[in-house]
Amino acid sequence: MVPLSYYLVLSGILFACGILGFLIKRNIITIFMSIELMLNGVNLSFVAFAAHWQHLSGQIFVFFVMVVAAAEAAVGLAIIIAVYRTRETLNVDQVNLLKL
Amino acid sequence: MNMDLHLALFLIFGAVCVAGAINLLVQRHPINSALSLITVMASLAVEYLLLGAEFVAAVQVIIYAGAIMVLFVFVIMLLNAGEEARTGGSRIALVIGVPGMIVGSTIVAWVLLKRSGTGDVAIGSLPGDPKTIGWLLFHDFLLPFEVTSVLILIAIMGAVVLASRPELSSHPEKER
Repeated sequence: MVPLSYYLVLSGILFACGILGFLIKRNIITIFMSIELMLNGVNLSFVAFAAHWQHLSGQIFVFFVMVVAAAEAAVGLAIIIAVYRTRETLNVDQVNLLKL
Repeated sequence: MNMDLHLALFLIFGAVCVAGAINLLVQRHPINSALSLITVMASLAVEYLLLGAEFVAAVQVIIYAGAIMVLFVFVIMLLNAGEEARTGGSRIALVIGVPGMIVGSTIVAWVLLKRSGTGDVAIGSLPGDPKTIGWLLFHDFLLPFEVTSVLILIAIMGAVVLASRPELSSHPEKER
């Protein structure tokens, strides 16, 4: 028996690492991976609460979060490719104009 | 015996998970960050298995660690992304962000461990096998399921439009 709070603490640590990566990273791809890390932390707490309340809706929602993450990854990486094509850089500090 | 095994597996894979997440932050090269994110996702799949969510664990490995991360690695290699440069903004974020996040997550962990009255979770306590999940997905959650299929369709079209070369997408008849 593992207490539910252990799972929640692990999920919180992963989410905190995601926020930290979002703040300190300057490569746009790594910032994107930090978002995925945050989504994974949320997914863990969904599954843990599903087991705690004995209700499968939490696991279904993990499925939906994954679908949204896949859609977000596809569109986001396409945007990254478009940005790289026009600016030749992946550093977010140099991408500060909406238009060239 | 059984509960000790559960706790040991949780701690081992939780430690791997946190180590991978921290390694993602420490590494400068994006390909190393991507590989440590794959480690995080694989060990999270084991945590899902411990909670009994078999289908979610399989989907985590196949879609997240498989499809999405392959997309990331592919884009990193396509753009030939090198090591990231440190700038003034990132140093400020490092100085303020790291202590802030450590303090914040310590407070959250303390509240969750000491002050929450939540109970224990047994190993595999809620079996989420594909049959049950599929029945729920196509029965109780049919409308959200269909909406996500529309979302995926829009995402595919958006990705194709964004990633296609501008001279081809804006003037297709010029080529002829």
